[in-house]
Amino acid sequence: MASEVLMPSSPSEAVSLFGDGAATTVIGGGTVVMPEITYGRLTPNRVLLLSNAGLDTVSVDGDTITVGATTRIDALGELGIAGLSACASNVADGEIRSQATVGGNICVGQGHEAPRGDLQGALLALDATVRSTGPDGENAEPLEEFLPHRHGRLVLDVSFARPAASAFAALEYPHTHEYTVLAVSGARSTDGTIRLAATGVAGPAARLRSAEAASSDPAAAGDAAVGDVTFADDALASAWYRAQTLPVLVRRVLTRLEESA
Amino acid sequence: MNLTINGVETSIESGPLTSLLNVLREELGITSPKVGCEQGGCGSCTVLVDGEPRRSCLTPAASVDGAEITTVEGLGSPEHMSPVQQAFTHHYAAQCGFCTSGMMMATQAYIEGGGTDDREAIQHALGGHVCRCTGYVKIIDAVAAVARGESFDPNVTAAGTAMTNLGGMA
Repeated sequence: MASEVLMPSSPSEAVSLFGDGAATTVIGGGTVVMPEITYGRLTPNRVLLLSNAGLDTVSVDGDTITVGATTRIDALGELGIAGLSACASNVADGEIRSQATVGGNICVGQGHEAPRGDLQGALLALDATVRSTGPDGENAEPLEEFLPHRHGRLVLDVSFARPAASAFAALEYPHTHEYTVLAVSGARSTDGTIRLAATGVAGPAARLRSAEAASSDPAAAGDAAVGDVTFADDALASAWYRAQTLPVLVRRVLTRLEESA
Repeated sequence: MNLTINGVETSIESGPLTSLLNVLREELGITSPKVGCEQGGCGSCTVLVDGEPRRSCLTPAASVDGAEITTVEGLGSPEHMSPVQQAFTHHYAAQCGFCTSGMMMATQAYIEGGGTDDREAIQHALGGHVCRCTGYVKIIDAVAAVARGESFDPNVTAAGTAMTNLGGMA
């Protein structure tokens, strides 16, 4: 059991208490960390519990939306962004979505025999920027650059521009638990740039750059996407099955983006 | 830490990261929330936190300090069952009963939130709750009946059989 549990009551106190983040376990909603503690996989020494840290603000400034780290996943459905709403509503079930946080979903590590980080793909497609703090202080960087070193940092908020269009398609997989086995998110920004990303591949979500380059031809883009990622082989699906499915999901997302033009 | 549990303010001695589930069951002896998967996947531990359904196994005690917690014990007693409890007994919505507490708390929140008898909406609201007896049809029947405001003789099931041991009415 933890020897020290810290409960900041403001964002600045959270940053100060997190410090360089060394040996600190951050708990947002608890949906990821609590089972780790319960099952004895994690024995934290120093815990930062963000329940009262005031990091759950959502603000809209023109076309820029900023979502605080402890914003509940179900709140993303209220932003009116089709792809992000669909992605958020595909996470687990309603009770989990109203407890789990956006920051936690971005920062989560690889799951046990199942993928995690459902929102990462949708936020990559939106070219989101993550503001976080860590050993070198506070910074803001693209989510894609943040993901590889996410475990040592405290997310403060995520911001992105409202896209011209966005879409989401997931592999529907009947299972007792609601996992995102494989999903593709896409968005077209107001300057016409199309970004695609996949969740449920090996490691965190990844941009599908070859598919983006071929996006004018959805079938070709789907085939190209296979070369952009490494596929996970886990309890929910084999790497082979994911490789067969990814092109289909890419085609669906691109078709939906075209339809919303 | 303090919690108001089923209307009674209670001082809590458990550590700050103890799950609300363990606070309720181990410290306070409130056993309607069940220890199922303990990873948020089954819904058997769901209680209401300030009226919202929450997985108590995923909830650190410190994160709900000062909150109002409602469990099945707070819905009604065997002698004076709440509408949700009456509907679940009348419609025989419990088979082994392990998921029933969580199902009823999710139902209570659904009804308090103005939920209707639309079966798809009910499935959505109870989507995080697993019944391994697979008695979903009767569970949804029960929730729909509460949503319609139906009242029942809690001593008789919808199948016409007398209640013996479901709601402690024997």
